[in-house]
Amino acid sequence: MDFGPFLLLALMEGLVTAAVLALTASGLSLVFGIMRVVNVAHGAFFMLGAVLAWFVAEWLPGPPALAFAAALVFCPLVVGAIAAIADMAVLKRLNYEPEATIVATIGLLYILEQAALSLFGPDARPVEAPFSFRLQLPWFGYSGYKLAVVVAAALVLLGVWLILKHSRAGLLMRATQEDRDTARAFGINVDRVYAGVFAMGAGLAAIAAVLIVPISQAHYLMGGDPLLLSFIVVIIGGLGSLRGTLVAALLIGLSDGVISTFFAPTLAKIIATLVVALVLVFRPQGLFGKRAA
Amino acid sequence: MLRLDDIDAGYGAVAVLHGLTLSVASGEVLCVMGRNGAGKSTMLKAIIGQIRAGAGTITLDGMRIDGLPAHQVPRHGIGYVPQGRRLFGGLTVAENIEIGLMTRRRDVRVREKVLALFPRLRERMGQMARTLSGGEQQMLAIARALCLEPKVLLLDEPTEGLQPSMITLIRDTVLTLKAEGVATILVEQRVDAALSVADRLAFMVGGRVAEVLDAGGLTPDAPAFARHVGV
Ligand SMILES: Nc1ncnc2c1ncn2[C@@H]1O[C@H](COP(=O)(O)OP(=O)(O)O)[C@@H](O)[C@H]1O
Ligand SMILES: [Mg+2]
Repeated sequence: MDFGPFLLLALMEGLVTAAVLALTASGLSLVFGIMRVVNVAHGAFFMLGAVLAWFVAEWLPGPPALAFAAALVFCPLVVGAIAAIADMAVLKRLNYEPEATIVATIGLLYILEQAALSLFGPDARPVEAPFSFRLQLPWFGYSGYKLAVVVAAALVLLGVWLILKHSRAGLLMRATQEDRDTARAFGINVDRVYAGVFAMGAGLAAIAAVLIVPISQAHYLMGGDPLLLSFIVVIIGGLGSLRGTLVAALLIGLSDGVISTFFAPTLAKIIATLVVALVLVFRPQGLFGKRAA
Repeated sequence: MLRLDDIDAGYGAVAVLHGLTLSVASGEVLCVMGRNGAGKSTMLKAIIGQIRAGAGTITLDGMRIDGLPAHQVPRHGIGYVPQGRRLFGGLTVAENIEIGLMTRRRDVRVREKVLALFPRLRERMGQMARTLSGGEQQMLAIARALCLEPKVLLLDEPTEGLQPSMITLIRDTVLTLKAEGVATILVEQRVDAALSVADRLAFMVGGRVAEVLDAGGLTPDAPAFARHVGV
């Protein structure tokens, strides 16, 4: 294959990575931005989404497309509900102290992984894609499903943005983010906002996982990479900045696609880590983050 | 209307209020004065439920409100203008107003009534609150609280750092609300500003009310001011 088409392929692969990463990382960023909680269990919520998608596909009779659509609705709801319960039962009682919540979410990560190991087992299991359409380009054929993932991720992110900026729930979230004591003084039930935000963050990871599972299989330890990459994206983009998260996810995803294709996946990870180090040294608040007051 | 009886409160291990007793009636303006650190802001935080009273009772029209979750207190008709304004700085003026209206189910009539008091805000609706001038920020902080149609209004040093014209506007607003029967607790450090609106003055020292005086006939050279506020 010539260089041009090869680059196009690399960019398309990168775009898929970027889309899934943007979804996952925006959940992490949202939770940190509004609750100031560094959620180490975020990768476990991602894994849970994929594992649940496998169960749905296994149990639901009928065509794979139907099972997949069901998983896309059901998994984020269940994972979100688990997250909301964890918030109310654990994080709230810790009064959202930063150090305590980090330790608590590490515990949560461990519990969720062990639960998945017992119920799902140690094997990686595939979930069938909802359709197998291939897009035939002049130089190569490309999975229509992967392109659908990009579109779906973009739509979900657009939805998140609309909720934050233009809905009543989003207004409550932003007010709580600015000043939770004053929010309470105006009748905002901050506990409920926090539970909702934690659920939404986890739900976003779950949606990302359901989208990716037909491409990469479900496994009880699959949450590690998304967690690490999400942190990388969020550090580069600026914790709590949705726009920064999107830009950084594109940057990391596309460069990962190009460097992995032309050189080696390991080199892509090394470069991403280097960029994080540079950002931490020269612009610790991230590209789009606000300097701490 | 609002009564505090024998309140103890503070921040964790730090006790600030000791047996504080105070009340304000409908249509009355109570000015609370006292040196920095006397516990004036802490008292307002105890009323609004931001900190819990360890002892004593707070009642609104005879109903205990000291045990309520903090977000339920404002729903009973208490509007709060915190010291330093505490606006939602990254939200627009319109959004800050909308937050104020949350407990009123976003009633348009209330919103129009409040904006009529502060027409300048109407020209700034799309602007971020933190980009407003100091005076405009204070207008917004008061407007946001008035959106609750409060029976009781708590104002914590609203004139701090403002120009005379703004101080007059705030005084006029307080007097308008008084005429409508609102009970107001106004924390105020300036003697002249306090005397121009107050029905009664409460002087706080060391977390309790040391003295309560009727404002009628009081002059700025009254000994209470030198004793409890003086420079
Ligand atoms: N968040 C806080 N944590 C601990 N102590 C506080 C806090 N806020 C105020 N204090 C203390 O409580 C006392 C009363 O403060 P405050 O109510 O703000 O006084 P005032 O409003 O009369 O100037 C002061 O000694 C102050 O240091
Ligand atoms: Mg004060």
